[in-house]
Amino acid sequence: MRRWLPHPTMSFVVLGVWLVLNQSLAVGNLLLGAFLGIGLGAAFGRLQPPPLRIRNRRIMAKLFVTVVGDVIRSNLALVRIILGGRTSKLTSGFVAIPLKLTDPYGLAVLACIITATPGTIWVSYRSAQGVLLIHVFDLIDEGEWIATITQRYERPLREIFE
Amino acid sequence: MNAAADLPLPVAIVISACLLAGAGLALTGAIGFVRMATFYQRVHAPTLGSSLGMVLILASSILYFSVQRGALVFHEILIAVFLTLTTPISLMLVVRAALSRDRHEGDLSVPPVERT
Repeated sequence: MRRWLPHPTMSFVVLGVWLVLNQSLAVGNLLLGAFLGIGLGAAFGRLQPPPLRIRNRRIMAKLFVTVVGDVIRSNLALVRIILGGRTSKLTSGFVAIPLKLTDPYGLAVLACIITATPGTIWVSYRSAQGVLLIHVFDLIDEGEWIATITQRYERPLREIFE
Repeated sequence: MNAAADLPLPVAIVISACLLAGAGLALTGAIGFVRMATFYQRVHAPTLGSSLGMVLILASSILYFSVQRGALVFHEILIAVFLTLTTPISLMLVVRAALSRDRHEGDLSVPPVERT
């Protein structure tokens, strides 16, 4: 098991992607997908990835729902600003956020969340100090953004990955 | 005639609404891209098209092909997954290149380099 599937999650993801891509559960596709999963899983291992531990799937599902809601809401907010002509008195700016989250997978998911939500962009993360720099499109209160990112996203991510 | 004419009217309306809303979001993103004043504001606008705009267009594609073929077609989901995973990479590169240039030019409106 360990020898053929050193990274089972990665291998099963590859198999899943292959089956969805082909929209079929035929034996040939299953075999080819399994072959790809084992091969690419081994190749992935060569990159020496840090171990992945997902502790809490329930929180993961809850976080997903939260993020979907936030993405829709921030899309509408951004449309209102762009088409509403409120652009001249708009203040944008950088916000530095101290993070306790250190898990690389958690940080990667946080980067996807922050970028997928229109209005915020991940700029840089300093792992030595644990400080994340983001740029906010409609910046009114810096403290509010720090609270939002840490409470809404960082806390569940720490519960999932750490 | 093409296959689109054979769709039942309510389904066609839902598909068109999704498609137009998604395209509208992408267009709004493009308008914002032109209208915004600074570089850092401008990069925000196209994320409309890569988030909800993308989801709506893919939803209409899933619906159209599922109804037309009479079977669930959902491999569009992979587009959503890969777009969401890869957008941060290019966005980060572009923003950090701009930030690095602004810092180099001594622009005081951007945060200074954090010393390690």
